[in-house]
Amino acid sequence: MTAYGRISALILRYLYLLRSSWPRLIEMLYWPIMQMIIWGFISRHLASSSVWVASAAGVFIAAVLLWDVLFRAQISFSLSFLEEVWSRNLATLFISPLRPHELVAALISISLIRTLVGIIPAALLAIPLYHYSIFELGLPLLAFFVNLLVLGWAIGLFVIALLLRFGQGAESLCWVTIFMMAPISAIYYPVDILPDWLQTIAWMAPPAYVFEGMRAVMFEGVFRFDLFVGAIALNLVYLVLGGCAFLYSFHVARRRGLLLNVGE
Amino acid sequence: MTDTDFIITVSGLTKIFDGITAVDNTSFSIRPGTTTGLLGGNGAGKTTTIAMLLGLLTPTQGQIRILGEDMVRNRHRVLERLNFSSPYVDLPKRLSVRENLNVYARLYGVLDSRARIAALTEDFALGAFLAKPYGDLSSGQKTRVLLAKALLNKPTVLLMDEPTASLDPETADWVRARLETYQAQTGATYFLASHNMAEVERLCDDVLMMRAGALVDQGSPTQLIERHGRRDMEEVFLAVARGETAKFQQSKTPS
Repeated sequence: MTAYGRISALILRYLYLLRSSWPRLIEMLYWPIMQMIIWGFISRHLASSSVWVASAAGVFIAAVLLWDVLFRAQISFSLSFLEEVWSRNLATLFISPLRPHELVAALISISLIRTLVGIIPAALLAIPLYHYSIFELGLPLLAFFVNLLVLGWAIGLFVIALLLRFGQGAESLCWVTIFMMAPISAIYYPVDILPDWLQTIAWMAPPAYVFEGMRAVMFEGVFRFDLFVGAIALNLVYLVLGGCAFLYSFHVARRRGLLLNVGE
Repeated sequence: MTDTDFIITVSGLTKIFDGITAVDNTSFSIRPGTTTGLLGGNGAGKTTTIAMLLGLLTPTQGQIRILGEDMVRNRHRVLERLNFSSPYVDLPKRLSVRENLNVYARLYGVLDSRARIAALTEDFALGAFLAKPYGDLSSGQKTRVLLAKALLNKPTVLLMDEPTASLDPETADWVRARLETYQAQTGATYFLASHNMAEVERLCDDVLMMRAGALVDQGSPTQLIERHGRRDMEEVFLAVARGETAKFQQSKTPS
């Protein structure tokens, strides 16, 4: 039996879950579309009074869609793990030949699928509604997308490490963790409007590089390679740290018997 | 007998949680193709022992070898040949019974999963609720599904924690018969914790008795009943759980 077979088995488990629950499917589509609609109207309103907004049509729509990539990637990753906690299935999973890194691979795969299912309809709907296509960003869009996905998975690893350690008591972290990063991510405003001390912290957050990079493409028509490399380097660091946190929590869970009790 | 004659060998197994000893220096060996029962009152250390055998819990000290492999270091080498059933662990509730079995068949690398699921559906009479969400089943139906899941990979070693808990007597008897048939056909080794003494007398070749984390007695049901001077395993269990063993042995010691 290959690792691929076990990973695909777990992906199938999450797809079965989506198929059996239309509220989950609707929720995946609902928020990205709702956010895009609201920010589309705000953009339209501000474009008439702000030269900055008017000079790059769709800057807020692109920002909200990309922010949602990060949010969706992280929450899909963490929620899929939480599904195992809710259904008290972790012990059954870990007495099967499934290995911890295979579980992570399955969570990454389902997170990618759920993110695409949530974001693509919102991105397509923006075209007829606001005459803005995020796909006009071209190849840089792929660079932004991948960086945000990877950061979402890294944060997801930290969250499931905490879920393993503290059980369902920590489940609200799935929803709130990502928003701790929002003020310093420079989603809707440039990093340099932040106070100096906060700018230093913002440059430790990969989304700041992504959103500055997005604005460079939209306002100046240039792809900032330095920002791209900065985001990749930081993401690698966070991904390694997240992986270590998960493996350590798994080790502690096996030592303390938490795999049997998590979910209760 | 040498170590190679045993399919499970446990030596000096100890688990300490925050200074409290849950399992204390326990050693035992299990021969292939037999059924061994693990008995003891609540908190005796049965579930902790089973969790360590499964690799869900790391021992503080001691060694566990299953199918020749060190379960602490190389558990993944044997997990495909091992399985577990307990009403105290669960399957995803929103997935149907068929979907659950399909996912676990793939996780265990079952080659012809469709045929295997069909065979188990017939053996455990799951057909009527195969398309139902697992969470909608009665506890008895869930136990049958869990047992079917546990036999998906045709395990060489099957660990069970109260396999017939929450089943009515007729269904429990029917499940025991299925387990006996599977063992007769495959030569599988069973290790089960149970509070049902009739079940233990019927299924077990050997019984390990635990109290306060320690192994206090071991033998076949007949040997234990005889040794303790009781009428059945129910009385032996009560004697061991109440700590009357030492008193009994003292009173039998010739003066």
